[in-house]
Amino acid sequence: MPLTLNANFHDPEKRPIRDFSPGDDFYEMLIDAHRDLSAEQSAKFNAKLILLLANHIGDLVVLREAIARAGETA
Amino acid sequence: MPSSYRQPHFAYLRPPDLDAVQRLRRPVVVVGAGPVGLAVAIDCRLKGLPVVLLDEDDTVSIGSRGLCYAKRSLEILDRLGCGEAVIAKGVSWNVGRTFFRDHEVYRFDLVPEPDHKRPGMVNLQQYYLEEYQSARAATLGVDLRWKNRVIAVSGSSDPVVLTVDTPDGIYELETAWLIVADGARSPIRRMMGLDIEGKVFRDRFLIADVRMQADFPPERWFWFDPPFHPNQSVLLHRQADNVWRIDFQLGWDADPEAEKAPERVIPRIKAMLGDDREFELEWVSVYTFQCRRMARFRHGRVLFVGDAAHQVSPFGARGANSGYQDADNLAWKLQLVIAGLAPERLLDTYDEERVAAADENLLNSTRSTDFITPKSGISRIFRDAVLELAERHAFARRLVNSGRLSLPAVYVHSSLNTPDVEAFAGDMSPGAPMADAPLDDGHWLIDELGGGFRLLLFADVPAAIERSIVDAFTVLRHQPVPIEVVILARRSGAVANARVRIDFKGVAADRYDGHHGAVYLARPDQHVAARWRRFDLDRILAALARATCNDREV
Ligand SMILES: Cc1cc2nc3c(=O)[nH]c(=O)nc-3n(C[C@H](O)[C@H](O)[C@H](O)COP(=O)(O)OP(=O)(O)OC[C@H]3O[C@@H](n4cnc5c(N)ncnc54)[C@H](O)[C@@H]3O)c2cc1C
Repeated sequence: MPLTLNANFHDPEKRPIRDFSPGDDFYEMLIDAHRDLSAEQSAKFNAKLILLLANHIGDLVVLREAIARAGETA
Repeated sequence: MPSSYRQPHFAYLRPPDLDAVQRLRRPVVVVGAGPVGLAVAIDCRLKGLPVVLLDEDDTVSIGSRGLCYAKRSLEILDRLGCGEAVIAKGVSWNVGRTFFRDHEVYRFDLVPEPDHKRPGMVNLQQYYLEEYQSARAATLGVDLRWKNRVIAVSGSSDPVVLTVDTPDGIYELETAWLIVADGARSPIRRMMGLDIEGKVFRDRFLIADVRMQADFPPERWFWFDPPFHPNQSVLLHRQADNVWRIDFQLGWDADPEAEKAPERVIPRIKAMLGDDREFELEWVSVYTFQCRRMARFRHGRVLFVGDAAHQVSPFGARGANSGYQDADNLAWKLQLVIAGLAPERLLDTYDEERVAAADENLLNSTRSTDFITPKSGISRIFRDAVLELAERHAFARRLVNSGRLSLPAVYVHSSLNTPDVEAFAGDMSPGAPMADAPLDDGHWLIDELGGGFRLLLFADVPAAIERSIVDAFTVLRHQPVPIEVVILARRSGAVANARVRIDFKGVAADRYDGHHGAVYLARPDQHVAARWRRFDLDRILAALARATCNDREV
């Protein structure tokens, strides 16, 4: 399965009334998780988060593509 | 002073109360003739209530204030009789462009969803709205009292006593119900010793209204970190009369007085325009924004609406837009309570429904502000990463948050809703603001709703509606809180005690999942109260009782 690049955030527990809500929920969760962390702690946190998510995805084809995309400069 | 606008001054008239022997009593007094107080006063008049509207000033709000009005506000203004004027003067826009540093990241097109009477957004200076609404209020016989400043309030049960200062001296008046629409600083909130909680954003914005003969299209342009204003955001919007609104984010440390000086403002605007085109400054101010609300909007006989009750940052245009929905929600409930057709508890549902709506507005505007003004280094890194990815990837575009534009609240959890017992597709669930649809002869569904309770009945052929159902229409009409029936048919035909409209494009049937026989009970504020697959008089009356708080023992 290729890397999903369309909006894909969703919450199985609630039906969103607004299409942007699940993505905004995630973004807020993410920024909140970094609150009160030093720069170094934030970097470590991000590393762990990437590792957890990468393992969850598992598929190396997808991960390879994500790594390539993240490296692209706009 | 704006050169494009002639500010009206309304006549002060000596209030009769000054010459009365005894304190005069009123059923409803509204304080504050801003957009929200005017909307409440107009709506009360339309419902037959005598209304006194007090304002300390004698004119409209001047300076840079609201400019984007959403479809729901236009529908409410239509119901109040001011919609046409706003549409005629306002500027419609659909395209939003987002820039990051020196290039465009993406553009969105809010292509107006077809088959709605009103567009998604209209831009218009707030003073025009206030002017149109003041004229409408005067025509309807609102007792509009300019230069009447409330200086004291006593009591929150009946009667509430107001002390009012005028050019001719001070008088007192008493009212059974007081609607407080005196704005963000709400002197009355303070007089009553009530708190409003939330936060101030540690940021400042330079807001300039500029008049120019520009050839920019009417679009919303939002820049993150542009070369002409590094590390900050800038927003450009078009208003009526060739006036453009420009918001420059300045940061918390900016000096508001120094920033307002034309010699500071003009170079900023020149750098933004990137050329030597002519412009004229109409108005410049520096704002900080708050996101906060009162714990409760109802305090006995005193009800808070608009900015007095809640304030949001302007990203998303949720200020006046949510205030109009407050007015819309409150007026019908107040009228039923005053008429003795519903218990006072119905007004607690104003608090219940509008507090939930305020929370949604606060959440969204706080999130926008956090995205626009990242609060930490890491937050900025994520923000910039989203913007870089947005250029190529749809998922990141959805995350870019320069303001989630105001949409009407869905009263999902309202105690006035009758929960569904049958399955329906689509969004028109109990509590939802009702979608518009085109009907025969240039009519619109939204105009068939509102004012009072309505029953929408979907029918293929009006003549085929069962006799027993048609007979029940009279029963609905003769309830103490009457329900008028509107039949949405595929083909024409007359039915006694009902209005027949033709859903000739099938859009209504589609939006409401309205197969033959489906029934919707609509509240006076055009929200769904209940719906069923088939007509059942007992269920309809039970839902009406529930939607008016007449179902529960006191
Ligand atoms: C820069 C900026 C941009 C904005 N953009 C938007 C936008 O795009 N869309 C949007 O929907 N909203 C926007 N808003 C918000 C919008 O302006 C407010 O939400 C709206 O004005 C609130 O209306 P109101 O009637 O509650 O209060 P106000 O408009 O503040 O009116 C309060 C009234 O009460 C009167 N008053 C006060 N005290 C007394 C007293 N003691 N006695 C008698 N009268 C009194 C005042 O004279 C005034 O007329 C913006 C605001 C700002 C500052």
